[in-house]
Amino acid sequence: MLANLTSSERQYALILASAVALAGVAMAIMGRSDVLGVHGVIVMLFGGGIAWVVMTSFYGPEPTDDRTASYYDDPIKVGIVLSMVWAVFGMFMGVWVAAQLAWPNLAFDAAWSSFGRLRPTHTTGVIFGFGGNALIATSFHVVQRTSRARLAGQVSPWFVLLGFNLFCVLAVSGYLLGITQSKEYAEAEWYADLWLVIVWVTYFILYIATIARRKEPHIYVANWYFMAFILVVAILHIINNLALPISLGHAKSYTIWPGVQDAMVQWWYGHNAVAFFLTAGFLGMLYYYLPVRAQRPIFSYRLSILSFWGIVFFYMWAGSHHLHYTALPHWVQTLGMTFSVMLLVPSWASAGNALLTLNGAWHRVRDDATLRFMMAAAVFYGLSTFEGSFMAIRPVNSLSHYTDWTVGHVHAGALGWVALITFGSLYTLVPSLWKRERMYSATLVEVHFWLAIAGTLIYVFAMWNSGIIQGLMWRTYTEEGALAYSFVDSLVAMYPYYIARAFGGLLFLIGAVIGCYNIWMTVRATPLAATRADVPVQPAAVPGE
Amino acid sequence: MDFSYETLVAFSKSWGLFYMMGFFLCVCAYAFWPRNRNRFDRAKHSILERDDTPWQK
Repeated sequence: MLANLTSSERQYALILASAVALAGVAMAIMGRSDVLGVHGVIVMLFGGGIAWVVMTSFYGPEPTDDRTASYYDDPIKVGIVLSMVWAVFGMFMGVWVAAQLAWPNLAFDAAWSSFGRLRPTHTTGVIFGFGGNALIATSFHVVQRTSRARLAGQVSPWFVLLGFNLFCVLAVSGYLLGITQSKEYAEAEWYADLWLVIVWVTYFILYIATIARRKEPHIYVANWYFMAFILVVAILHIINNLALPISLGHAKSYTIWPGVQDAMVQWWYGHNAVAFFLTAGFLGMLYYYLPVRAQRPIFSYRLSILSFWGIVFFYMWAGSHHLHYTALPHWVQTLGMTFSVMLLVPSWASAGNALLTLNGAWHRVRDDATLRFMMAAAVFYGLSTFEGSFMAIRPVNSLSHYTDWTVGHVHAGALGWVALITFGSLYTLVPSLWKRERMYSATLVEVHFWLAIAGTLIYVFAMWNSGIIQGLMWRTYTEEGALAYSFVDSLVAMYPYYIARAFGGLLFLIGAVIGCYNIWMTVRATPLAATRADVPVQPAAVPGE
Repeated sequence: MDFSYETLVAFSKSWGLFYMMGFFLCVCAYAFWPRNRNRFDRAKHSILERDDTPWQK
């Protein structure tokens, strides 16, 4: 990895890593009586570890190859590995917390392993750890290939990738220590948030600078989705995390947003995190890897442009549907509801575009589990966006809100759409990146596919059942006008569904573990494919410049 | 200048609609503009090309 860096770039990397380690020392000193001190030590070890890796090959030979003649794939490879590691961690935590709901003794009477602390390690682990690393890796791949330009930096891709993972480590370890802002999907505290701003702005600049190097006159639509993902996540993250720490030596901070405005900002953030982190970026994957795998161009390029702008402009207004029947002004709730329903149009346009691309290649979908991953993802995308629009309608929400139906909906999206499109993309990307003919085992891809589908369906059906039962039990009145069931009655009724959901999650986790093994064996064992068409484009090929 | 809550709500409820409609028309014009056809066709086919190296000066 370091062999591809010049000695001045190694110096630069060493300075960056040392600066991070020193910042960790400062945090450890200032926060010595606070949990902030623990995080200082973690930052110090992280920065120090990277500095040590850089130093071990600091005086290695300079890179001899002409680096501009090839794409920069090293950070992508590391990103894929990190993504799969986080997938296994995040999904394991998910299975654990799901099992805790059925068998509360699995918390083992410790503070760090209580449900409230473990649950955000699951959400952060899968959304940011698994999803985020996969997005960074695939966006680096897609932007280079579609622009036919090498990444516009040598050290900055590493800074983005490793810096993002430092944020994830701080977030997850913080939850176990009891550090939280109590904002869903934005639990990490002020210092981790500030760090993420630096990393994310670097990511955006790197992406724009790479696109600026392109030879193609038109920017391929997948890049639009990735750029929307990077830009909007930066805006959301900064605005939702505006907070004042109680002192520089404490982890605790207070948000600057008061009362109902805090709730509105949080769910404007929360829903757009779904929209731009979990949808826009993964649509970028869909619009590149699905056509490439199917060897067919996207059905309608115009439709992909229309649905892009539809998604970007509609999603921005949908967040208030999380706050139906609250102190939020009624018209704001109605606005969120209306935009959520309208969102169905661009969402189904993308899902339909993906499925119509496969029209005429159904035999490939039947034979190739990788392509089937992406086909199933498009189907789940269509289903869960329909469900989401439906649940945002205020009277429907009165039944579904606060119940497991919401959890089921989120997982139809997260397992069925986000994870399936990611696995499909990774199974397409891994052989081409490591220059292998195919994955180590097509059978294991097949096994992974069916475990993932079975796990998702068991999970989602269990949560639909339990959610609707909960919703109905909470609104059933006796003839005297009293509630017919206590909350504990509804909890007891959930028991079989909680077991089913933990089992569904377990199947999904086993699939991911098999995927890790398959990727590892592809990297390690399969012989190199013949390197065809792997020569640089000569200047004569681009006349008129 | 003193904006009341009602003023801002009235502004967003009316002009919000017009700017969305205007934006929609712009996007449609861009997507269906005849001259963009070749550019889009080229873009959607270009990702299927086999060559796996960047362009060079």
